[in-house]
Amino acid sequence: MTDRSDNPADRQDAIIKVRGLRNAFGPQVVHDNLNLDVWRGEVLGVVGGSGTGKSVLLRTIVGLNTPAKGSIEVLGVDVVNGSELERNQIEKAWGVAFQNGALFSSLTVLQNIMAPMREHLKISEGLMQSLGKLKMDLVGLPMNSCSKYPSELSGGMVKRAALARALALDPQIVFLDEPTAGLDPIGAAAYDELIKELQGSLGLTVFMVTHDLDSLYAICDRVAVLAERKVLIEGPIDTMTSIDHPWIKEYFTGPRARAAQKKVYGGG
Amino acid sequence: MKRPSVTLTSTPPDLNVQFAGALQVQALDQIEATVASITTDLANVHLDLSEVDALDTGGAWILTDLQRRLEAGGATVSISGATDERMSLLETVARHAPDTEEPEAPPRGFVAWVAAVGAATVRAWKDTLRILDFLGLTLHRLVRSLIKPRHLRPASLFTQMEEAGFKAIPIVALMGFLIGIVLAFQGATQLKQFGAEVFVVELIAISILRELGVLLTAIIVAGRSGSAFTASIGSMKVQEEIDAMRALGLDPIDVLVVPRTLALLLVLPLLAMIANFAGLVGGALMSWIDLGVSPGLFFSRLQETVGVWHLAVGLIKAPFFAFIIGVISCYQAMQVKGSSQSLGSRTTTSVVQAIFAVIFVDALFSIFFSEIGV
Repeated sequence: MTDRSDNPADRQDAIIKVRGLRNAFGPQVVHDNLNLDVWRGEVLGVVGGSGTGKSVLLRTIVGLNTPAKGSIEVLGVDVVNGSELERNQIEKAWGVAFQNGALFSSLTVLQNIMAPMREHLKISEGLMQSLGKLKMDLVGLPMNSCSKYPSELSGGMVKRAALARALALDPQIVFLDEPTAGLDPIGAAAYDELIKELQGSLGLTVFMVTHDLDSLYAICDRVAVLAERKVLIEGPIDTMTSIDHPWIKEYFTGPRARAAQKKVYGGG
Repeated sequence: MKRPSVTLTSTPPDLNVQFAGALQVQALDQIEATVASITTDLANVHLDLSEVDALDTGGAWILTDLQRRLEAGGATVSISGATDERMSLLETVARHAPDTEEPEAPPRGFVAWVAAVGAATVRAWKDTLRILDFLGLTLHRLVRSLIKPRHLRPASLFTQMEEAGFKAIPIVALMGFLIGIVLAFQGATQLKQFGAEVFVVELIAISILRELGVLLTAIIVAGRSGSAFTASIGSMKVQEEIDAMRALGLDPIDVLVVPRTLALLLVLPLLAMIANFAGLVGGALMSWIDLGVSPGLFFSRLQETVGVWHLAVGLIKAPFFAFIIGVISCYQAMQVKGSSQSLGSRTTTSVVQAIFAVIFVDALFSIFFSEIGV
């Protein structure tokens, strides 16, 4: 754990609190005694090698996976043991963009974005359509794609549509699973910009599972490294290079990391 | 969070709009109607946001839309009481605001009806051409595989024969057995009235051997294997596996369609034979129980009075049915596009079309055989 006293996020409140989390599938233990705090208004990047349970952690926090042990609080609500009513309330406060989009294939893009509104809001059809189109424009989807089906979209547009659907109910927290995986470098950089801009203007908290070092350097306020079944270290990315752990050293000081760092700090 | 509210203070032609509470998308239904009721024939409108507790893109859109609407009507709009963050959110939303123009309404009435009929006719014609194309292609590849066996994939063929044939034996046998029982039972009640019980043998044997055995087997195979073919090849289509095959120089017809169709060609006559046999056994059993016709008498009468051509007339139809089921189910699979919904509807279409085609061809055969007098 990093020393939080010199962290400016220290003064803020934790919007997600994970304590003593244990996840196991049969004999295979994915997480054991995992602790993690996500602060309000930050962009947290979660990194880790393959199979360290990044996606499992995300799925556990949003309640798609029941942990063997431990507690998870989101906005003060116990996600694991809370009442049905509380959990329904909290589900409206977050949006999830899955790795492969997980758009409903029988609905158009606009209908996909309107699906959560239809389910949870009582507003008129016209307002719903306007808000849906607003979300499309916010994430940079062209208006002519609103009547397209997910199978007619390119990979980058699927990711954007998934983000627009995650933003449909104006959540406080957005969970992104590998948002830039499979995008070309220009598309990925544009997506990063977009997240940063939305986070600024909408005051979002972003929980992002990623492998993209460029994203980590460009938009993440803090980074949490998953290894050895827990969050091995969390803190601003600058502090990562000084940690003495073989995987972290290789990850953050490898040639790709140095290149990503150079891009952001202009030579550093 | 306080519920949102709007207070209108009107001093024509000016208007003061006081927003209060949480202007968030969850509760916009509370104020939507009031905001929509504001008319646009005003000179100065003041939007007071000082009492607003929270603002999100939904609330910001309501404000932006109102402002745009008023300004389009010639009013001057001023906003006060918003923090810098809220002003920047309003600006962001205004920058991304979609056009509120209504899309062009589709044509209605007679013209639309004529257009729809025309489009459906063209579609049906093209569909017919495509299925004939596919039928010809499959026939060509099938014959080529038989002439040059190096194109044939024995492993795939045997797997399909096991799936579509061997594993279908219990259901087909049970179906045949029950049909035999039903025929004997129904026939017995009628024939008893004339004292002609013994003719139940001809009744059962001719109807099962000529028609029911092979027809019902084909219907079961269409429902069981036809749907499986469409679903499995169709999901490969969705996953772009078919495209991958083409890119790797593999012919999807050779790899997927020929083994399945050939497997049906080989196993459907065998299944029909099993259904026939089970039907006769069921009929004999019921005749024995209900009419006292002993199995010995049943089968000796069967040999004496029912010619073997009845069996031949039935079984000769089996390969045709098999080919129809194979071609239709694989054709429908190749028409799957993109989504899982398309896969579902194509599977349904495949089964319906295959069963319909089988019954249609059976009717043609009936006419043909009666014309030539078999």
